[in-house]
Amino acid sequence: MIGAIDMFKTKFIIAAVAAMVGLSAVSAQAAEAGATIERQNWSFAGIFGTYDENQLQRGFQVYREVCASCHGANLIAFRNLSEPGGPGFSEQQVKALAAEYQVEDATAEGGRRPAVAADRWPSPFANDQEARDANGGSLPPDFSVLAKARGVTDPFPTWVFNYFTGYQEGGADYIYALLNGYHDEVPETAPEGFELAEGKYYNDYFPGHAIGMAPPLADGSVTYEPGEDGVTVPETVEQYSADVSAFMMWMAEPHLVSRKQTGFVVLLFLVLFAGLMYATKRKLWAGIEH
Amino acid sequence: MSEHSTYTPGNSVEKWLDDRLPVVRFAKEHLMDFPTPKNLNYWWTFGAILVMCLGIQIVTGIILAMHYTPNIAMAFDSVEHIRRDVNGGRIIQAVHAVGASMFFVALYIHMFRGLYYGSYKAPREIIWILGVLIFILTVATAFMGYILPWGQMSFWGATVISNIFSAIPVVGENIKQLVLGGFAVGNPTLNRFFSLHYLLPFVIAAIVGLHIWALHVPGNNNPIGVEVKESRDTVAFHPYYTMKDLFAMVVFMIPFAWFVFFAPDILGHPDNYIMANSQVTPAHIVPEWYLLPFYTILRAIDFNVLFIDSKLGGVIAMGGALVMLLVLPWLDTSKVRSGSFRPMFKWFYWLFAINFVALTYLGAQPAEGIYTVLAKVCTAYYFIYFLVVLPVLSRIETPKPLPTSISESVLGKAHA
Repeated sequence: MIGAIDMFKTKFIIAAVAAMVGLSAVSAQAAEAGATIERQNWSFAGIFGTYDENQLQRGFQVYREVCASCHGANLIAFRNLSEPGGPGFSEQQVKALAAEYQVEDATAEGGRRPAVAADRWPSPFANDQEARDANGGSLPPDFSVLAKARGVTDPFPTWVFNYFTGYQEGGADYIYALLNGYHDEVPETAPEGFELAEGKYYNDYFPGHAIGMAPPLADGSVTYEPGEDGVTVPETVEQYSADVSAFMMWMAEPHLVSRKQTGFVVLLFLVLFAGLMYATKRKLWAGIEH
Repeated sequence: MSEHSTYTPGNSVEKWLDDRLPVVRFAKEHLMDFPTPKNLNYWWTFGAILVMCLGIQIVTGIILAMHYTPNIAMAFDSVEHIRRDVNGGRIIQAVHAVGASMFFVALYIHMFRGLYYGSYKAPREIIWILGVLIFILTVATAFMGYILPWGQMSFWGATVISNIFSAIPVVGENIKQLVLGGFAVGNPTLNRFFSLHYLLPFVIAAIVGLHIWALHVPGNNNPIGVEVKESRDTVAFHPYYTMKDLFAMVVFMIPFAWFVFFAPDILGHPDNYIMANSQVTPAHIVPEWYLLPFYTILRAIDFNVLFIDSKLGGVIAMGGALVMLLVLPWLDTSKVRSGSFRPMFKWFYWLFAINFVALTYLGAQPAEGIYTVLAKVCTAYYFIYFLVVLPVLSRIETPKPLPTSISESVLGKAHA
């Protein structure tokens, strides 16, 4: 009887803790978007999610061939590309890749030298002003943590469930939607009286709809090598944007896989430990009316 | 308190030490033999959980400070450096960030437990007051800690909150400049917040010491609110409550670890992954969730009262919401401590709890339309509860009959 009351109280407290934590959802606001952003089927979503190496390699190719001409990634070093949990390039590949780039180095002759694996990804522009001048006044944001700097505001009760499913892929969803949200002309769904400023492009998902970035991807603009098993991946805007979104998520959270792996060990330990502690506590209190 | 002492030095060394610094005797009296009511429920474990939370924050914080750079040009990247390149850094950083939220979860539960069971009533007023001081200092510490990653919400949160000071008549602008180290949030602000964020947890730890000292004078309150009458009402703190508290701590670590390893960013705001930029204002500036109830109260006062403009009014309301807690022991004069024996109080208490959740929710909503009306209603009830409901109930309520002792109550429960 006492045990039952005890259990009930324990459950009640756990529920209360969960409710209090659930509350914090309200702080998880996100970038305002014009249209509903749909969830994509990310390999890295959920508690068991891991990155797809092939997808990260394709995403890196899209980033390198398309995005990198305007968008930097100043927290990413070449060596990261060969680290576990990432795109899985070999150290030789990374060395060869780095050597293709020049980086600033005051101690080198002429102030520049070929990059090595330890160097950070070189910025496409010398400074923000130069970046703005080259992009009609808009500053292309750095990609290092961009996938975590964007998000989607889920309606109630979805945001409550997110706490129990661990869904944190709103940033990738947003980027995917943005890359697929361009219109050649201002569509009828635009807000009333909307006028597109010169040099801007209409996008369904960009806050305010007028984005400075021209549609960066087109079907067939990046050529994917067929895999070793001869499997080909469609060369479409949808595929490119999914791949580059996944790559951006990896840049923002390169240790996602090992984080989750550690998490399973920690949680398993805690649950078993709690069970033992409870058994001990019960035994200890068994002789005491309380 | 020495009457609980059963300590006899075991050998000549212990005897020598005991005559000079009776630290072992102190530990035996207060950490082991301390008589504790045997009917405490699991809501009473949150005190120990909070000690654990403070310890976790201090240990992880000290390590983070070894790698963090308090400079506006480097702070943002240095936090990412900790996550990416420091050994174990991503776990330590996540534990510290998630730990702040878990700290407040435990803190609010601990306070609401005190409110329900009347733990603030005589002779425990000082314990409660020290607790409120700990709460206020923890809010300040958490707020300053949130500035350190130097993201957009860090910057704009600091900008909005520091404006509070400028509402104070005459000296407000000077106080604001002193807090910020300039006219706006900048490098001096980051530096002094970092310094204070490192200092305050130790001040909190000291007050926690006083809080526990004050607790050890009358001993614990308990779910029936009837004081301990005889030794069979109590058990020794060790091993009974050390074991129970340790079990509760481990259980508390489960949701804690869940967030650290599976959703470390879900409690934060995406905008804080954008480096602070004084030229770009975020669409919605939202403080961390644990500050939202008080943020709602601040914003709810959007009208002028006589010579007090809305800005000062908001600051007075928010400050009042906190300061009022200090005088709570004298607002609720009912002789019965535990809410379980107060049929009318219960209703108002649970309404207050729901109201507090609503205040939290409203703080994250834009201040427009129905939300501003609800914010005013909820703010009003927050004050009415303390200033009207509790004093009036103390006079008109007929409490249920109290058990004569803890032992009688426990036995009654067992045979029921």
